[in-house]
Amino acid sequence: MKAKIVITPKKAVLDPQGKTVQTALEHMGYEGVNDVHVGKYLEIELEGDDAEAWKPRIDEACHKLLSNPVIEDYHFTIE
Amino acid sequence: MRFAVLQFPGSNCDQDCVHVLGNVLGQQADYLWHKEESLGNADAVVVPGGFSYGDYLRTGSIAQISPVMNAVKQFANDGGLVIGICNGFQILCETGLLPGALVRNRSLQFRCEQVYLKVPTQNSPFTREIEAGGVIRVPIAHGEGCYFADEESLVRLQSNDQILFRYVTAEGEPTEEANPNGSLLNIAGICNEARNVCGMMPHPERASESILGEDDGLRIFEGMLRHFEGKPVAAEPEPAV
Repeated sequence: MKAKIVITPKKAVLDPQGKTVQTALEHMGYEGVNDVHVGKYLEIELEGDDAEAWKPRIDEACHKLLSNPVIEDYHFTIE
Repeated sequence: MRFAVLQFPGSNCDQDCVHVLGNVLGQQADYLWHKEESLGNADAVVVPGGFSYGDYLRTGSIAQISPVMNAVKQFANDGGLVIGICNGFQILCETGLLPGALVRNRSLQFRCEQVYLKVPTQNSPFTREIEAGGVIRVPIAHGEGCYFADEESLVRLQSNDQILFRYVTAEGEPTEEANPNGSLLNIAGICNEARNVCGMMPHPERASESILGEDDGLRIFEGMLRHFEGKPVAAEPEPAV
């Protein structure tokens, strides 16, 4: 079983990486790219098969360590 | 006065801090490995710059859960003097001892240069030896020094006079050109509400000896020393008639 966690910069936080990637895509001719945000993706291998039991623990880990709630949002799935 | 200078795997300004505090300021300065759970008899803590844990995950994120940081939190909450420089500032924000966070420089470039800092207030142990509104010159060296905090926190920082250092021009103007990393309100350093914990991106320990070019930074450490000694803040000079 795996937790798949996606961490993205909050909308209010400047994301110069995202802006640079957006500009690069535009230079390559990709039209209609409205916005790009560069974040992180984590995969965590979990023991057992009780996804419900893992949810609050992964949520806590995201809040305490894996993301910084001041500047980042996160969401995850366990499957 | 006894300073504890923390060492994490990847710290690289620890020796400079110990040199300045010991050989220039003439105080006791000892290294403290991050696995220690006690600060011993330290009177102040320095969280030095560097790349603790290789900046993995986020700058300062792994260091904040080192055993020594529990002791630092306790020490700070009891009123002990703590200064975090560069990566140390990032670590103090991650621990929650200071509000906000440091994110990637707006230019995406690592900036390594001399900057001018305005010191808006003398009301802290770290700035008491610098005249209010004075400008000092200290170097920066960072890739992730763009200070961010939400609107509410920024209002609180301003109304509580917690902004200790702002990037300015040589004339003291907080312009966009003088801001090397995109920090909100040109913030280079702040303190907590209780004013005993300071975080700053610039490196005062690299500007503490005139023979090496600059000694403005020494006044920050002198402020901590004078505060510890219980000396009153130097009176404002009488205005010239």
